[in-house]
Amino acid sequence: MAEKKIRVLVAKPGLDGHDRGAKVIARALRDAGMEVIYTGLRQTPEMIAEAALQEDVDAVGLSILSGAHMALVPRVLDLLRANGQDKVRVFVGGIIPDEDVTKLQAAGVAGVYGPGSPTQKIIDDIRATVTGA
Amino acid sequence: MDLVRSVLSGDRLALARLLSQVESGDQAGVEALNALFPHTGGGQLIGVTGAPGTGKSSLVNQLALHYRQPPGGEPRRVAILAVDPSSPFTGGAVLGDRIRMRELSGDEGVFIRSMASRGSLGGLAAASAGAVQAFDAAGYDIILIETVGSGQSEVEIAKLAHTTLVVDVPGLGDDVQAIKAGILEIADILVLNKADRPGVESAERALQGMLKLGHPTKRVMHHGRTEDVAAAKGEQAAADEWIPPIRRTVATEGKGIVELAMSIEGHRQFLESSGEWRGRERARLQNEVELLLQGELMSAWRSRVSPAQYEAALDALVERKQSPRQAVAALLNGHGGKA
Repeated sequence: MAEKKIRVLVAKPGLDGHDRGAKVIARALRDAGMEVIYTGLRQTPEMIAEAALQEDVDAVGLSILSGAHMALVPRVLDLLRANGQDKVRVFVGGIIPDEDVTKLQAAGVAGVYGPGSPTQKIIDDIRATVTGA
Repeated sequence: MDLVRSVLSGDRLALARLLSQVESGDQAGVEALNALFPHTGGGQLIGVTGAPGTGKSSLVNQLALHYRQPPGGEPRRVAILAVDPSSPFTGGAVLGDRIRMRELSGDEGVFIRSMASRGSLGGLAAASAGAVQAFDAAGYDIILIETVGSGQSEVEIAKLAHTTLVVDVPGLGDDVQAIKAGILEIADILVLNKADRPGVESAERALQGMLKLGHPTKRVMHHGRTEDVAAAKGEQAAADEWIPPIRRTVATEGKGIVELAMSIEGHRQFLESSGEWRGRERARLQNEVELLLQGELMSAWRSRVSPAQYEAALDALVERKQSPRQAVAALLNGHGGKA
């Protein structure tokens, strides 16, 4: 029957109401042949982890522009682990200062992408980490 | 088998993983479904279909909220299977039905799964029936199945669900649309959503008219004399016939949902009292077996014919050396038609 498709949850945690970037990424991943579950604005880390579990995704992409990434991202990582989904790769896009990028990566984030990141790079990174894992 | 036991015990991660296996057609998933099948049959399967933008996801969200807290009743466990289309070009998909279901988040009694159609026509995915079985075995009482936004002939849902809701909105078409064959015919319940919009009266009239043509209550005789059909057939006519009710809703505000749920329950009772329930179960399972057979026969045949022979047959078609039917006969005769 069908082959295994890469499934990615694209979520917007936090309170900023701007999801153009998230939609561009969702569309780009779709065009790369992935199945993207898009959950919309203002998701709590709990909602994201729950959706990731029910949808059995391979990766989670978080779009954060509010500056709250150091609070939100580690919480999502913790909840994923608590649910037994430690293999799910987490990617973060948005406006993230350099010193936080290293911290997020140390916490287990697979990739951080600032404004202007080529979507092809994000696609390649997701594919590499998911199929290599 | 561990996966089976975990699914039966209510492990949500195990259920999520099983659904992925069912979708990708893994042998492990097939075996798990085989083991789970005796545990199915308890769920009530409710299909929701309609054109894109009619509010199917919002309606599913409201129905799920209702079944979680039915006025004066016990909460039911609810699973939702939301199907969205895959791109025919890249195979990718954006599955966005959860956007309208955020109110269900955080409720352990609800499980939502998005599914891409992966090239299946008919409004569902090939794995939809298997996914529904997984939910059923996992003990979900109500299984809501939301199809791809459908046009006129995506009617597979009626072969999967016990009760099919067809969602329409004011302003989509005139009364000729309503008498066309296809999607309206499969409705057990017609939902007129966005009923706060202008045009709701004429939309309901068009649907009413269509229902009256299908289920005449009066027969017109010579010289305009009418005769009551129910009376002509005797008093029992009403009991063994279901005439789809039309329910007005405003899903975004939760209006009309209690009444809609009452109609769904009415339909369930009708199916049980008329003996139709068993008939539908049989037809549902027959349909699933036939779909599986088609797939198996096709892949068995594919594995026996060489790509070169197949290509040669296609070339012969393009050159008009043989007709499609002759090609099929030749391919079947030479390669496994009787194996």
